[in-house]
Amino acid sequence: MTAETISIVPADATIHPGWVRVCHWINALAILLMIGSGWQIYDASPLFRSLEFSKHIALGQWLGGALLWHFAAMWLLVINGIVYVTLGLATGRFRRKLLPITPSAVLTDAKAALTFQLAHDDLSHYNAVQKMLYAGVILCGILIVLSGLSIWKPVQFQELTALFGGYDFARYVHFAAMAAIVGFLVVHVTLALLVPKSLRAMVTGK
Amino acid sequence: MRQNKSIPGVDPKLLIKDAAKLMPDPARRGFLRGAASLGALAFLTGCDIIDGDTAEGVLRKISSFNDGAQAALFSRTKLAPTFPESAITRPFPFNAYYDEDEAPVVDPASYKLEIAGLVDNKKPWTLAELHALPDVSQITRHICVEGWSAIGSWQGAVLSDFLKRIGADTRAKYVWFKCAEGYTNTIDMPTALHPQTQMSFKFDHKILPRAYGFPMKIRIPTKLGFKNPKYVVAMEVTNTDHGGYWEDQGYNWFSGL
Repeated sequence: MTAETISIVPADATIHPGWVRVCHWINALAILLMIGSGWQIYDASPLFRSLEFSKHIALGQWLGGALLWHFAAMWLLVINGIVYVTLGLATGRFRRKLLPITPSAVLTDAKAALTFQLAHDDLSHYNAVQKMLYAGVILCGILIVLSGLSIWKPVQFQELTALFGGYDFARYVHFAAMAAIVGFLVVHVTLALLVPKSLRAMVTGK
Repeated sequence: MRQNKSIPGVDPKLLIKDAAKLMPDPARRGFLRGAASLGALAFLTGCDIIDGDTAEGVLRKISSFNDGAQAALFSRTKLAPTFPESAITRPFPFNAYYDEDEAPVVDPASYKLEIAGLVDNKKPWTLAELHALPDVSQITRHICVEGWSAIGSWQGAVLSDFLKRIGADTRAKYVWFKCAEGYTNTIDMPTALHPQTQMSFKFDHKILPRAYGFPMKIRIPTKLGFKNPKYVVAMEVTNTDHGGYWEDQGYNWFSGL
């Protein structure tokens, strides 16, 4: 990273505005509650014979408890998600930070990342891999909410359920979106711990 | 469970034993504890909320709020999707909190459907009288609270027609059902009056076998399976929510689809 680039971003500049940080941490709580209770619900009727989630990592202890958590946390997830996506679009932050995403830039930056040559000096600028992952996880968030609605209300929202290939198939879509989000979380949390100042930025904004 | 609603000849210990099959030790109280191991509630410092009545109370309040949200979403005219004969799941699964060989055995000769509450005519109905009611058929998807689903074929009388026939006050809030083994359910009146809510006497055009709820099941394709009582022996039109077997243990009351 050149001195010139650094000079564009003064040391006291805000990397993440307040609404991003508040939405981020509310979402973090909501998504963990949803995933934990979702695993317990999954165990009541597993989609894959070889996959069950341990009670030690699942939330709710039994199906009834997990459902109470899931359908409580859904409000937190959805209301916070609507605020986040609305502000992201309205302020132009999504467009500025996440676009454009080109396959060649993603490949170049992925290669650089895997050889530890990717710069992290300027946290306000996302590299192509970050752009792809952040845009991707937002889309997964929308997908998991819509597929969830189609499982929850397959009569009232039957058109949506049909769009997801019917009730039974929608469960697989919901599961796949969860798996993608968990995959994202593993990478996201690992990298945040490897670059601690990125974690600090999401707390203090700087 | 409401002990006063239990019926003679049913061993309450059996019910408790069977219910326990689905619940982990040490039963429901522990259902809030998984939160800590997940680390989710590490966000909430001073984790009093994890154990005890506070969290359960909050979750149950939100569940009641969700009852209202679902009642608002419920459409009296929106029909559950129907399917062709070829889509029927065979064999259609038996499902209860007890094993199939422990399912109630109801004697058709002495069976009478008891009618109570806000109705003009409380005369009990024999099976022959019930079978003489006008017949409708539906092939719809049964969706279990556990997540699995199965498509079945049910024949019987439209519940709303029956409620009119017995002079039920359909301005009442609820219809409560009692089953031969002591299972109970309360449903909201709008769902009771939904055109697909059926008093089913047949499965796939044959008299309901014991496994599927002989002699009568209330088939409600707009609600989760556990809100579709089998072996129904009594119904009451009421303004009092009498709860239900699973609802009282924490499943969402409305459980609409």
